[in-house]
Amino acid sequence: MATSDKLIQVQDLKKYYNGDQIKALDGVSVDINRGDVMVIIGPSGSGKSTFLRSLNLLEVPTSGSIIFEGTDITKKKGPDGKKLNIDLHRQKMGMVFQHFNLFPHKTILQNMTLAPIKVKGVPQAEAEAKARDLLDRVGLADRADAYPIQLSGGQKQRVAIVRALAMEPDVMLFDEPTSALDPEMVGEVLDVMKKLARQGMTMVVVTHEMGFAREVGNRVLFMDDGKILEQGSPDEIFNHPQNPRLKDFLSKVL
Amino acid sequence: MNFATIGHNIVKLTIKYWDKFLLTGMGYTLSLAAITVAVGAILGSLIALLRMSKFPPFRWIAGIYTEIIRGTPMLLQLYLFYFALPQLIPFLNRKQYLCVAIALVCNSAAYVSEIIRSGIQAVDIGQTEAARSLGLSQRLTMTQIILPQAVKNILPALGNEFIMIVKDTSLASTFFIGDLMTQCLLIKGTTYLTMEPLIMVAVVYFVLTFVLSKLLAVFERRLRRGDIR
Repeated sequence: MATSDKLIQVQDLKKYYNGDQIKALDGVSVDINRGDVMVIIGPSGSGKSTFLRSLNLLEVPTSGSIIFEGTDITKKKGPDGKKLNIDLHRQKMGMVFQHFNLFPHKTILQNMTLAPIKVKGVPQAEAEAKARDLLDRVGLADRADAYPIQLSGGQKQRVAIVRALAMEPDVMLFDEPTSALDPEMVGEVLDVMKKLARQGMTMVVVTHEMGFAREVGNRVLFMDDGKILEQGSPDEIFNHPQNPRLKDFLSKVL
Repeated sequence: MNFATIGHNIVKLTIKYWDKFLLTGMGYTLSLAAITVAVGAILGSLIALLRMSKFPPFRWIAGIYTEIIRGTPMLLQLYLFYFALPQLIPFLNRKQYLCVAIALVCNSAAYVSEIIRSGIQAVDIGQTEAARSLGLSQRLTMTQIILPQAVKNILPALGNEFIMIVKDTSLASTFFIGDLMTQCLLIKGTTYLTMEPLIMVAVVYFVLTFVLSKLLAVFERRLRRGDIR
């Protein structure tokens, strides 16, 4: 894995609300390389979720740029001069939400095959075979025809992960994927994520699971007040923190 | 006047005027209600779309329309359409039924648009975000994810609106359109009896709306059964 291969370059990203009253993101710049498992930590309201949601433009930034695979997706026009179609770029960025957001009116299999069939034009049989294979890998092969309501929280989140994977994304964004789970279900979701990281998937993870950050992440970002205050390897962040706010934060969560 | 006499008169009147009541009156009431619901639903959907448009002037127009209709009495709207519309559009001259139908449609469309808008907006925003994050276009997100869920919010409220309309058509009797309430007034004029025809139409209205609400309940239950949530 070439670590110099930049997948996403974020430059001076700002997100202001109410004019410039609330600065959710206040000049964030960071490069995300292919194969990175970047874990973002920080107190609530620090802007880490806003940052993650900006990466696929669920939040439209006020200014700054996000260059994803060579294209600045914050611009209205693509490099070819045509109108930029954000849907094309979103297909390559899987996203997992805190509240799963499975489609309740569709079965697990339909949840997973909808986008591949409708967006990428994958034949139904092929999409279903792939979906079943993915479900099998997360131990949910027998729930393909169930509806989301019939699953536990941990099962739902595992489905949400493989639903995103079914689109074969180049990067996976996780927005506090275990925060809405009962404690005994956190492990099963983290296990899936660890497996994914080991397979070389580029991941950006906003989480409060410090154990995961330490064990799986190769880079850790500490954010507060819409800024990146410190970044480094898990060892640097957790064992040798420099920033006083980071030290304070770690003393509370560890 | 006692209950026995009233009861006796009602039976007599019903036998004598049943064709006027059941056939003519119900025919007008139900046809007026059906037209209002059908056209009102189509127009209401369009207004709801305008209301949620990205283009602000569309939102304003739809919003102003809805607020005016909701903020003025229906009887007043009927008067306006009945007297003003033929002056603006000569074609509608002496077409009372059509004028009243248009008034009812315009009224219902405003309420239906609110039902549809709130039904769509009641679907969790996370559903939209999940769909868009998978690369689904706005259109696909609407047709595949949002609308199928919104329908479950919309249909029960739409059923209530239908029942309301059946009763509201009675206002059309102001212009002797021929609906149930009109028939009631006609019988009253012919027989000089007041209470009896009123009770008779009350029973007919009640039976109509009661049957409708029961049918809707069956429909709703079936809708819920299809959904294994």
